[in-house]
Amino acid sequence: MENILNPWPWYISGPLIAMVMIILVYFGKTFAMSSNLATMCSMMGTGKYIDFFKQDWKEKKWNLIVVTGAILGGFIAKHFLSNDSTINLSEKTIQELTGMGFVDIGKTLVPNEIFGFEAYTSPGGIILLIIGGLLIGFGTRYAGGCTSGHAITGLSSFQKPSLIAVIGFFIGGLIMTNLILPYIF
Amino acid sequence: MKYLKFLIVGIFFGIVLVKSEAVSWYRIYEMFRFQSFHMYGIIFTAIITGALFLQISKKRKIKNLLGLDIFVPQKENGLIRYIVGGIIFGLGWALVGACPGPMYILVGTGVYSIIIVILAALVGTIIYGALKNKLPH
Repeated sequence: MENILNPWPWYISGPLIAMVMIILVYFGKTFAMSSNLATMCSMMGTGKYIDFFKQDWKEKKWNLIVVTGAILGGFIAKHFLSNDSTINLSEKTIQELTGMGFVDIGKTLVPNEIFGFEAYTSPGGIILLIIGGLLIGFGTRYAGGCTSGHAITGLSSFQKPSLIAVIGFFIGGLIMTNLILPYIF
Repeated sequence: MKYLKFLIVGIFFGIVLVKSEAVSWYRIYEMFRFQSFHMYGIIFTAIITGALFLQISKKRKIKNLLGLDIFVPQKENGLIRYIVGGIIFGLGWALVGACPGPMYILVGTGVYSIIIVILAALVGTIIYGALKNKLPH
């Protein structure tokens, strides 16, 4: 039980994430989280104005159910399968973030400096979250997939477009973390 | 009932991503600063496990639940959309520390401000849909 309540090591987590893809492929579906955003847009009736969203969203209902499950899974993991252990971040990371003004580093899943009440009720804080979301929504649809569709599914089936996309993910991520974040915090 | 199995897969996915800490902004920051092997270990072992399954199922001609060959959708060829779209997503991923799976999972863990990110991501998706024909792919 202790092992379940503690954070799971990468060599257990990685294969388990692959299992999610494997099970969905076995069901005749695919592991594609970002496409749910387009499905929700279709559901809201945007297909009336934009051709891209003219699709029968009911065919993608299974994936929205996966999303519903994921939310429930997050709830279960947080409330029943966790203890109050701190995220075991590297010394260097903690040092750097402390220097950037972060406190209680790793005590919660996400930093209060970005997701806490004071952060998202401040103009700068809410703009940060909105920009992040816009980039994620636009970028994943432009690239035709995200971490699940390209990095996990695409790379494990040796697809070149996915390799290009994942290289893009890392270029973008490295630019944000190394060049832009230091100016924000 | 038809959908129950998808609900269960989703629950499993949510639990694994929280327990692996892959939903954590801190872990994404650490990854892009090359300060820990944790996230790389997760991604590499996931790809290796997935690749093994796909190769074995091809060789052994394993059928899926519908009785068809195991099938993974093929992405169309292209360059600009993958590199530019990829960079744009990467910027967002590193900024808010969540990709489209963890976004939803975090709602379940009680990080309700992530809903702002989800709503903005829907708007971003609509913007792409509206501009699609004008963008190089």
